[in-house]
Amino acid sequence: MLIKILGPGCANCVALERVTREALAGLGVEAEVVKVTDYPDIAAYGIMSTPGLVVDEQVLLAGRVPTTARVTELLAAHLAS
Amino acid sequence: MTVSPVRGPRAHPAVRRWVLGLGAALAWVVAYRFNAALWDWLVLDVGGLDPASRWGSGVHFFFYDSVKILLLLVAIVFVVTVARSFMSVERTRALLGGRREGLGNVAAAGLGVVTPFCSCSAVPAFIGFVSAGVPIGVTMSFLIASPMVNEVAIALLLGLFGPGATSLYIGAGLVVAVAGGLVLGRVHAERWVEPFVFEARLRGQVVTGTADLSWDDRLRMGWEEAVGILRRIWPYLLVGIGIGAVIHGWAPEDFFARHAGPGNPWAVPLAVVVGIPLYSNAAGILPLVEALHDKGLPVGTLLAFMMAVVALSLPEMILLRRVLRPPLIAVFVAVVGGGIVLVGYLFNAVLA
Repeated sequence: MLIKILGPGCANCVALERVTREALAGLGVEAEVVKVTDYPDIAAYGIMSTPGLVVDEQVLLAGRVPTTARVTELLAAHLAS
Repeated sequence: MTVSPVRGPRAHPAVRRWVLGLGAALAWVVAYRFNAALWDWLVLDVGGLDPASRWGSGVHFFFYDSVKILLLLVAIVFVVTVARSFMSVERTRALLGGRREGLGNVAAAGLGVVTPFCSCSAVPAFIGFVSAGVPIGVTMSFLIASPMVNEVAIALLLGLFGPGATSLYIGAGLVVAVAGGLVLGRVHAERWVEPFVFEARLRGQVVTGTADLSWDDRLRMGWEEAVGILRRIWPYLLVGIGIGAVIHGWAPEDFFARHAGPGNPWAVPLAVVVGIPLYSNAAGILPLVEALHDKGLPVGTLLAFMMAVVALSLPEMILLRRVLRPPLIAVFVAVVGGGIVLVGYLFNAVLA
């Protein structure tokens, strides 16, 4: 699983990365987490409000920092699909 | 900290949510209603301070205002966030796509106010709008209105100056955003936009943003945002209220009115020039504005100062530099700054 955190590096993006890592730890899943900070790359995902959460090239969330529980749900649903 | 997904076994979640919500709303109303009485009693009766003395009025102002502003912030940020959870930048773009200038600017300014937006999203939003064919001027109307009409500022203005000044603030912000966008559209600003913006291609997939949220999600977002904003701004808030309290208790009655009052025609542009580099947020600035108003400064001058502080910030200019060339940033600052100066004069004339 390849997870991308989209955002220029403001507080929200840092928070989303932390929440995502917590969710991964909770699920006991190994995944590569990378940051995408370049604006054209962010825009290429169709996202206009940061932070964005992209898993295996699929946009799961944009524009807000969810709770760890919500990210856990999303990741679990993605793994099951 | 992990959040347990298991809910209480007995109460139905919807019932529990209503009870919690109504309880919180009631507690809020009681706290707001008795805030003044509480500090009258604690500072003046128990503390034995004279309300006419410097210490008495300064200390009372500090505690009373701190509690009032905290209550207002939590309530308004919560309500605004829940309301905004129905909008997203992606939806805004869909609504603005294909709009011509004129009506498009008005729509963009209105959407700038209601769309949830953090300044670090300014650049991706700009790229997204432009690549969707939204004209530059219309995009700029959105980008001006968004920070200019700020929910924290609305919360504080409502509490400190009442609904009249608050609607003036919102109306003036919209007018500056619409006019600013129209002007920037006229000067063919495209030549000052970094070329990569026009080359950026969006993938086919359209992000739904916040369409899939349940009411539980929306309420939780409102609460998280209110707590998040408070956690971020409380030091500014206390410093702002502290300075306000000092002005309230100690500044000579006519000092500000003499130097920046209605008699000084340069007061408004000066307030804007002073406000631009003073990057703070509305929370730190408004208690100060309230104290200065009590000391006789006209509302227009103060609103101009506040708008300059909130809407024209150096960090945002640096962010925008990634997509806009310096001439366009300069025009942007000039147009918005000029608009704010006009608004200041207008309010001073209307409200005098």
